[in-house]
Amino acid sequence: MSALLEVEGLNVHLPVDGSLRRVLHDVSFTLEAGKALGLVGESGSGKSMTVRTIARLLPQGAKVDGHIRFDGTDVFDLRSEALRRYRSGDVSMIFQDPRSHTNPVRRIGDFLTEAMRINGKVPAREASRRAIDLLAEVGIHDGERRMRQYPHELSGGLLQRVMIAASVAVRPRLILADEPTTALDVTTQAEVMGILGRLQREYGMAMLFITHDLELAAASCDETIVLYAGGIVERQQSKRLHDDPLHPYTAALVQARPDIDHTTGRLPAIPGNPTSAYEAPDGCAFAPRCRFAQDRCRQAFPPLLTIDGIGASRCLRTDELRGTLLAGATTEEVTQ
Amino acid sequence: MTATTATAGLNRPGTWLRRRTGGLAPSGWAAVAVLAIVVLISFVGPYLIHTDPNAVDLSSAYYAPSAAHPFGQDASGRDILARLIFGGRTALIGPFLVVAASTVVGTVLALAAVWFGGWFDAVVVRVIDAIFAFPGLLLAILATALFGAGLPAAIVALSISYIPYIARVVRSAALRERSLPYVAALRVQGVRGSMISLRHILPNVASLIVANATLAFGFALIDLAALSFIGLGVQPPTADWGAMVGQGMAGILQQQPAESIYASVLIVITVGAANLLGDRLTERSEARA
Repeated sequence: MSALLEVEGLNVHLPVDGSLRRVLHDVSFTLEAGKALGLVGESGSGKSMTVRTIARLLPQGAKVDGHIRFDGTDVFDLRSEALRRYRSGDVSMIFQDPRSHTNPVRRIGDFLTEAMRINGKVPAREASRRAIDLLAEVGIHDGERRMRQYPHELSGGLLQRVMIAASVAVRPRLILADEPTTALDVTTQAEVMGILGRLQREYGMAMLFITHDLELAAASCDETIVLYAGGIVERQQSKRLHDDPLHPYTAALVQARPDIDHTTGRLPAIPGNPTSAYEAPDGCAFAPRCRFAQDRCRQAFPPLLTIDGIGASRCLRTDELRGTLLAGATTEEVTQ
Repeated sequence: MTATTATAGLNRPGTWLRRRTGGLAPSGWAAVAVLAIVVLISFVGPYLIHTDPNAVDLSSAYYAPSAAHPFGQDASGRDILARLIFGGRTALIGPFLVVAASTVVGTVLALAAVWFGGWFDAVVVRVIDAIFAFPGLLLAILATALFGAGLPAAIVALSISYIPYIARVVRSAALRERSLPYVAALRVQGVRGSMISLRHILPNVASLIVANATLAFGFALIDLAALSFIGLGVQPPTADWGAMVGQGMAGILQQQPAESIYASVLIVITVGAANLLGDRLTERSEARA
């Protein structure tokens, strides 16, 4: 199967105070139809920017290099009408904060049926019948009443389900989920993820899922990409990521999580602060915080090394360190 | 799911009026009442009275109030009350047309400028500033000089000069609205820019538009009355408040100020009420933003 989404050598710069600042650095990945891919990283690591670039939602003045191909067509070649069709039919997006992403003065029903009525040319009555069905799909069974309500009358979890319903309404081929559960409490989060995962599989949609929760990515995605300072540091099957990380940063993230089976005093933290893409040093962006860093790591931006059958890692020492990353870190980190 | 029951009550049908009109201060309601009375008298009144406002009776010039003519008679012996009532219609329709035209044009211009941005926005802003530089009254005098005295030329000229007042406010509010996340969410759904502007941004800035249109109504009424006062607006014998103030001037010198005073008082009351309501509406929309 050929890839539905191909991102190749994506570099994005945004204008900040008159100068261009790097936000994405050589991001490349592919996503096949029907698969779920997780994007994991700290705040400012470029997760949202990647997704926004795919949806062509960049602020004015942004400078983009590289290619994003959707079903073979370069997304940056799309002009007005084609872009509108791409956004309305092929991709849809779920946002982190459903409350600020809905128009407060429009009813839920208007919100749900709008895309259908203007893009699918569905008559109003038919659209609202379908919308009620969609609400039932996401577990809202009093849809008829909800359709007449305003966003402020719904709880966050409920509103996020409405967002999910709206985003799958047109049966897109790709769903961009930008931290869809971050604004929700943990129990609601599980419900919403369940619904999203089920719809994704049932409708055979591809999903790009952004989160900073490694567990969540592992639970809902086939593969996971780890981003650091605007660049991909690792790509691997989600279920292997915990047991056999390829990149020291991923390993450090895995170790920084609490483990329910063991009692620990202090969790090992990664020394230093996360860097943004524009202030990252030459060479490997993670080198200043990496306990495996060598001189050569600081000299040139390392390439993304593909490891056949497993994934990819942007670490010069990948082969050498493999299997040893998770060992012995705890004591060393705690003493720092 | 728990939020279901707690918020269900908000959707009761009976609360529609309250939702639409909530938050207006009592003085705002007083202004609404005053304006309603003025409008009612001006538009229903002409059908209720049977006195011809233009019936000249020179033998009873400046007659004091009587049973037949409760407000007295003017220099030509015409019934002042009838002229005030008929004049109200003229005095209100003019500013209404000005406000309607400038609000529609100004809003569309501002929304388009905000949506397209870039050079189009820059051009619109410059043009608006340029119109702003001309006092509306001066533009109206120029128009009447070019196209002849009378209401139509004055209304067109004032409509143009009032566009900036609306366009500026709508532009800044729409600019803020356009940067909100829900607009990005709509764009990524493939909703057209025109749709987003008209169906989403416009309703969110509507309260501000109404507030400013109300204020503009008061200013336009004064401007048109001033034009009629100096004889460039409403032409005799048509009754109009501004024109009546002007025509009554001759009477002031003859100790007969009734006509000017009555018309002036009506102008002041109407404009005062419009300004008061406009201010209250502005406060209300700002409180919500």
